[in-house]
Amino acid sequence: MDYEYYLRDKHFPVIWCPGCGIGIVLKAILRAIDKVGYDKNEVCMVSGIGCSSRIPGYTDFNTLHTTHGRALTFATGVKMAKPDLKVIVVTGDGDATAIGGNHFIHAARRNIDLTVVLINNYIYGMTGGQASPTTPAGKRATTAPFGSTENVFNVSGLAEAAGATFVARTSTYHTVQCEKMIEKGLQNKGFSLIEVIAACPTSFGRPNKQADPVEMLMWQKDHAVPITRAQNMTPEELEGKFVTGIFVDRQAPECRTEYQKIIDQQFHPKGAPAR
Amino acid sequence: MTTRAEGRQSHLMPSTQTTKAVRLLTGNEACALAAIACGMRFYAGYPITPSSEIAEYLSRLLPQHGGVYIGMEDEIASMGAIIGASLTGVKSMTATSGPGFSLMQENIGFASMAEVPCVVVNVMRGGPSTGLPTLPAQGDVMQARWGTHGDHPIIALTPYSVRETYDLTIRAFNLSEKYRVPVILLLDETIGHVNEKVEIPDISEYEVVNRTPPMCPPEEYLPYQHTESGVPPMANFGSGYRYHVTGLSHDETGFQTNDSAEIEKLLLRLHRKIEIARDDIVEADAYRMDDAEIGIVAYGSSARASREAIRVAREEGFRVGMLRPKTLWPFIDKEIQSYAGQVRTWIVPEMNLGQIAHEVECALHGQGSVHRVNRVDGCLIEPPQILAKIREVC
Repeated sequence: MDYEYYLRDKHFPVIWCPGCGIGIVLKAILRAIDKVGYDKNEVCMVSGIGCSSRIPGYTDFNTLHTTHGRALTFATGVKMAKPDLKVIVVTGDGDATAIGGNHFIHAARRNIDLTVVLINNYIYGMTGGQASPTTPAGKRATTAPFGSTENVFNVSGLAEAAGATFVARTSTYHTVQCEKMIEKGLQNKGFSLIEVIAACPTSFGRPNKQADPVEMLMWQKDHAVPITRAQNMTPEELEGKFVTGIFVDRQAPECRTEYQKIIDQQFHPKGAPAR
Repeated sequence: MTTRAEGRQSHLMPSTQTTKAVRLLTGNEACALAAIACGMRFYAGYPITPSSEIAEYLSRLLPQHGGVYIGMEDEIASMGAIIGASLTGVKSMTATSGPGFSLMQENIGFASMAEVPCVVVNVMRGGPSTGLPTLPAQGDVMQARWGTHGDHPIIALTPYSVRETYDLTIRAFNLSEKYRVPVILLLDETIGHVNEKVEIPDISEYEVVNRTPPMCPPEEYLPYQHTESGVPPMANFGSGYRYHVTGLSHDETGFQTNDSAEIEKLLLRLHRKIEIARDDIVEADAYRMDDAEIGIVAYGSSARASREAIRVAREEGFRVGMLRPKTLWPFIDKEIQSYAGQVRTWIVPEMNLGQIAHEVECALHGQGSVHRVNRVDGCLIEPPQILAKIREVC
């Protein structure tokens, strides 16, 4: 496919570090959009703040780079006001689960038709490698020089519990799976989360003696456990690994569609409003 | 059995159909009705006293007019949602009170920077913090000006009656669309909740302004063009003009820049567009100022008390008048200055500790004395308090 058709190439080169996983996700998103066949004019890509949130700037859609953690709130406004737009949100672990955690669970609860691609690289990359809500216990960060002591969010589990109707996890190693999951997410009429485990060699890799991008990709390959296999494994066996696959794929009433029913019932443009 | 909500509905419905309806309305109702009348079709909000009725009315009225109401998880989200909605071309608003207004500041800054039209209603109650639900105050006037970080343009309007709340709500949308800025409508609790008999003209009697769309083809569109007026034409998302919106410092194309010349150009234009249009934006009402030697500067419910104090003081022989800002930001400095030769004594009654009195002092440059009448106990300033100050300073 022709990536350049979807890219604003005059804004290249990208700001991401060598070995960063975000470019892989960007390409997967574009392939998925191409496959689904959206017109560029009908796509609105929204992001917050962070490395992953720079994706929209490079894409030739209606793009909205908002405030830290708030992408889903802006996206909700766009979708509710103009439901014809295909709204895609690109976010990171810090953006979506720390500062934007409340918006994340509420957007999932509403089952509003947004496709959220959450790039989880276990760290605040743009600010220089501080510990995030997904930095695993024991792993080092600039603000966890002796290793993080906190529990992490299971991001996909959070979305599932909050009411998302499509939830999947993959990694930047599994590029074909990643593209297919995003495609499914775009097709789902409701809140879709695709969590992509990604490498940040600069900010997460270096302090954890894993700075080689290839080595980090191989780590993803070796530590990914497909859900079918994980179901037969004990928590001890799954320790230190991450489960991949589609966790939720179900139909449920969608927020804007349900609201349209109220408008259809109440709105009578030519006559007086219904009583 | 009629529920409370249904009762409200029947009370509300005629307004959108009849011309020159004479109605008994609260400020909050007038605000909701005016917003609908001038084409507002998206509301996002979070409940907070004393503004909640606006959300309640609009949750009923909006779908009846083909619009959308959504209750968000907090005021940060409400502000984000109305900006998103406005970018698609829909006039959008939210309403809140002090604590929620604090949370909105982050994205009010975004709306200023990205030049997204929207209206934020703040029905003021006592602060700081949770403060006084639900007693009146005017403590957020400086927050309306400087609440979000960085130098930013803002417009704030402040009505003193129910009818004026209707008019200024429409004006808030007009200014917001015309100049691509967030506009703050500052009510105090009393104005929001007081019932008044009002005559509401048909919307055809009002000027209703909509944002200017680009005339050029999409490939030539500069979303943040440095136009002569300072206001760039605005394309709606989904209209074929694909462009980038960011809260980062950006150039004319909308993309982030670290070029200091471009950054300065942007910041200066954001302010210039308001400065150029200052006289179009700023409105003050001069009441019995023709022969006044003492001038009162008051807004919101304090202005109502001032009118009564002026009536009584005039009977006692004091030549008192009032210069009442309907636009609070930008401030009515020129209007105050124009009376500097005639009025040497100014009184500023306000339900805070002198936030606007300080602005009056700045406007006068020492040409006259400024006397404060303040109240921060949740009670309205009453006419005798102002009258006592008039007698004291003469």
